[in-house]
Amino acid sequence: MSLSELPNTRLPVVVVPDPAVTAKPSSLRRDTIRNILRQRTAVIGLVILGFLGLIALLAPFIAPYGPDDSMLKLGEEGTRGLPPCIHLLGCPADQPQHLMGLDSNVRDEFSRVIFGSRFSLLIGFVTVSFAIVIGTLIGAVAGFAGGWLDNLLMRIMDVVLSFPSLILAIAIVTVLGTGLINAMLAIGIVSIPVYARVMRASVLSVRENDFVTASRALGESSGGILTRRILPNALTPLIVQGTLGIGGAILEVAALSFVSLGAQPPTAEWGFMIASDRNLFFSAPHLIFFPGVAITLSVLAFNLIGDGLRDALDPRLNR
Amino acid sequence: MTRFIIRRLISSIPVLFGIVLLVFILARVIPGDPCTATYGEKATPELCAQFEIRYGLDKPIYEQFVIYIGAIAQGDLGSSIKFGRPVTDLLLERLPVTLELTILALIFAAVVGITLGLLSATRRNSPVDVLTMVVANLGVSIPVFVLGLLLAFVFAVLLKDTPFTLPPSGRLTAGVSVKPLVDAWGLTALEGPPRAILDFASNMYVFNTLVTGQWGALADALKHLILPAIAVGTIPLAIIARMTRSSLLEVLGLDYVRTARAKGLKERSVVIRHGMRNALLPVVTVIGLSLGAFLSGAILTETIFNLTGMGKTLFEAIEGRDYIVIQGVTIVVALAYLIVNLVVDVSYALLDPRIRLG
Repeated sequence: MSLSELPNTRLPVVVVPDPAVTAKPSSLRRDTIRNILRQRTAVIGLVILGFLGLIALLAPFIAPYGPDDSMLKLGEEGTRGLPPCIHLLGCPADQPQHLMGLDSNVRDEFSRVIFGSRFSLLIGFVTVSFAIVIGTLIGAVAGFAGGWLDNLLMRIMDVVLSFPSLILAIAIVTVLGTGLINAMLAIGIVSIPVYARVMRASVLSVRENDFVTASRALGESSGGILTRRILPNALTPLIVQGTLGIGGAILEVAALSFVSLGAQPPTAEWGFMIASDRNLFFSAPHLIFFPGVAITLSVLAFNLIGDGLRDALDPRLNR
Repeated sequence: MTRFIIRRLISSIPVLFGIVLLVFILARVIPGDPCTATYGEKATPELCAQFEIRYGLDKPIYEQFVIYIGAIAQGDLGSSIKFGRPVTDLLLERLPVTLELTILALIFAAVVGITLGLLSATRRNSPVDVLTMVVANLGVSIPVFVLGLLLAFVFAVLLKDTPFTLPPSGRLTAGVSVKPLVDAWGLTALEGPPRAILDFASNMYVFNTLVTGQWGALADALKHLILPAIAVGTIPLAIIARMTRSSLLEVLGLDYVRTARAKGLKERSVVIRHGMRNALLPVVTVIGLSLGAFLSGAILTETIFNLTGMGKTLFEAIEGRDYIVIQGVTIVVALAYLIVNLVVDVSYALLDPRIRLG
């Protein structure tokens, strides 16, 4: 039974709108949103992200071909690494149009780049969500428990941080086995310490506040204090760090795909597309250029949003 | 100061232990038995029996760990299956390439990054500032391998036959050679560790040609390093430029800067002598923090520019599933990272007395 189905035993409350409030609505949430929108960088980032999101959502409608369709099978005379052919820009009309040319397996590069947007956005969100959930848990336990457990957990985090992240991720993937999921898992694991540290710092700073002591005095359980009192206060830095982390995660998963440890053929993942067409590079640079631009744009979007969020949510910078 | 260094050294021991433990665990949880995982189809019962005895795999796990630490302490990282040589030898030969590339990239990133940040901050909101920040934002977003490939295309293909052309692969042009230091200094009789150190240094071509005055080879080696260094250095450069800008802007708003201006100092002197001196502290930290980016970047870039350093070795090891080499590279790179971070911390303490006392 959901909450709305519960019999309403309370007396109806009539809310009389206060003219002062309705005239000038001001709430923390609205202020925050306004603050974010005031950040030019964040708005640019949001626009790029919205654009990429639309492309990912509408990929089957935008892309003229399937991501894995070989032009040869479709009865077309394709050449490996054919340069872009755009009718509007003077490409002969009797040639089939390929906005970004053909790749080394005679597939339409444009369609692959379009479908690749699905992977990149998913990779970013899933990887960072995983890292945030585990990291928050570790940070919360460490900050809350203190003592030897805190020490042990944070020293483990130090060890993970003492590797350049890509190297450790490579070592982890060689153990887990190659593949996109394992690559994401590896990048997720190596990014855990950042969130654990952020969460622990928040717990430590919030824990001693009077309102936390008050809830404890009222008999709230540790779990309740953690989820209802401390987590909401730690959310801001986690969100900022997470948004910036998504860009990093996309870059690193692409790098793993580039060293052949991530996505496997025929996945239309941008990093992997670049890796597999690297040998054709000097004759067909468009096969590096277009997926490269796509990766850069998606990373840029998250970086801009993250920067904007940080500036908007940091009360010290409020003007 | 000595006390600070000692304290910092001691605090890195658990981390060092953790690194070795982590790599040890990773090596043990490779699916399947380690012998087959290592040798693949070449695994025969005799070879595996030998392998188990050599690595003490028939002993209890804690004993294995002790043996493992002992081996590492003696510089034994096992033997590469693919190259059939001790991993230590392989890495000693190839580490200089990565080191040289990283140092050059660091110089490029620091010099250009700080200059851009300075220009940006002193001409706030001017076209120069906007352009610098756009470039910085793009710089942190572009994948190293894409940048490397595009640079190679522009300078080796598009600009071919112009004075700006640069070689896209290798360390030296065919026909150019670098004399090892032992030959140049007539020390061929040298053996043992001194010889190893000299050989190590000889393999850093820029250093070698610089100290022995082989100018032609020096120019050639530098030419081959420009593109990879730019590729590796761009992400840190962007971070450094942004940090310099925001840090300098903050410092220039402080009271003592106003005082300096009020007493009639030239603007240049205010910005450089008063502003930059304090603004650079956070920049040093950021340079330290981006060392991971340098190393990861070097690994991706070496494969593109065909430089046989740690990165290319790792890449080849991944392709050949040469687990022992992968472990070796992981441990050596983590150690290098640890040491460099230590150096950064110490230099930071030298710059800022508050840290020593804290």
